[in-house]
Amino acid sequence: MYEFDIFLPTSVDDAVEKAGEDQQFLAGGQTLIPTLKQRLAMPEALVSLSKVAELRGICRGDDGALCIGAMTTHANVAQQSDFPALAELADGIGDPAVRNRGTIGGSLANNDPAACYPAAVLGTAATVVTNTRRIAADDFFTGLFETALEEGELITEVQFPIPDSAVYAKFVQPASRFAIVGVFIARFGTDVRVAITGAGENGVFRWAEAENALADRFQSDALEGVGLGDVDILSDIHAAEDYRRHLVTVMTKRAINRLCSQ
Amino acid sequence: MPLISLMINGQERAAEVPANRLLVDFLREDLEMTGTHVGCDTSQCGACVVHMDGKAVKACAIFAVEAVGQEVQTIEGEADADGNLSALQQAFKDQHALQCGFCTPGMVMSAADLLAQNPKPTEHDIRTHLEGNLCRCTGYHNIINAILVASGQDPTVPA
Repeated sequence: MYEFDIFLPTSVDDAVEKAGEDQQFLAGGQTLIPTLKQRLAMPEALVSLSKVAELRGICRGDDGALCIGAMTTHANVAQQSDFPALAELADGIGDPAVRNRGTIGGSLANNDPAACYPAAVLGTAATVVTNTRRIAADDFFTGLFETALEEGELITEVQFPIPDSAVYAKFVQPASRFAIVGVFIARFGTDVRVAITGAGENGVFRWAEAENALADRFQSDALEGVGLGDVDILSDIHAAEDYRRHLVTVMTKRAINRLCSQ
Repeated sequence: MPLISLMINGQERAAEVPANRLLVDFLREDLEMTGTHVGCDTSQCGACVVHMDGKAVKACAIFAVEAVGQEVQTIEGEADADGNLSALQQAFKDQHALQCGFCTPGMVMSAADLLAQNPKPTEHDIRTHLEGNLCRCTGYHNIINAILVASGQDPTVPA
């Protein structure tokens, strides 16, 4: 690692004040610390959020939304029972020790194209709340490891509208436990949202063609002949493009079948 | 360099270290507590698992300064003051759950974390909980048996 300072603020205001140029927020560190070890990042200082108590915790908002503080760990999200599909998603991230440290805010700010949380946020039309504004999920994820966050802007909370029913189906990369393809489906009345992670060259995306087909008829065979449109699909050592493309349909069908059999 | 003072196995331990000292290096290099191992240093293998406030974490993916004010428990704290092994360590010994022994500190700390949450885990529970702990000797069967025995159950996995 390069040399750098670490600040340990205890409030959001203090954290934002400390975050100047060439400084980076440190959430759970389960991605950032390995990145620093490889010297792929060279911040002058890290602003660790580990002591900011107000960023931790889960509650229900006035509108019924599930509000999760940015520094809430995957393990804590896995324990809540208000939104079971989200709990199951969180319980499948990494391994137990990673889940005790990794956080929802850190995962979203990083926007890894194979991360699980972006699928739930986009799949439920959640709202990402920062120290300055509220960002709709459809506007938040802007590309590979890219988000709408400005320099020095800090995620404080994520607000999930709780769907009538939802499911997350992940085809797991067995070493890293990231998604080769992950599909989050949420139903709000007759509306259906389908978010795909792991597959898009620009990160998580909504599969609009599938959403339309499923809004008409919520059965896995409704996807027959439904293509992925002009989305660019990732290709790497874990899965080639045509394989991933096929897997998106397979995992979406499995997700639908699980929902229909519940 | 900042002076970092941590509660480790119930005792306060301090050292002056660079700000970006990892918890695992603080333990091993500065305090010479070499029971916690570094296997991959990329938070994949779990050899460095310790407990912070009772929860299993990877000490290679935490800065020492972030552990200030929290209770850290390492493998050195598993046996009692007279050196008598914990029930879990004794089960690892009795079931031959270590070959080269390199992964053992992390395996024991992850297993202790599991048993604290789930005193009678099934074989499936154990395998799932050890997802983040790799044994390069591939000696998993005896490790699972040791955890079954430590939780008062019969060793059921063929050795």
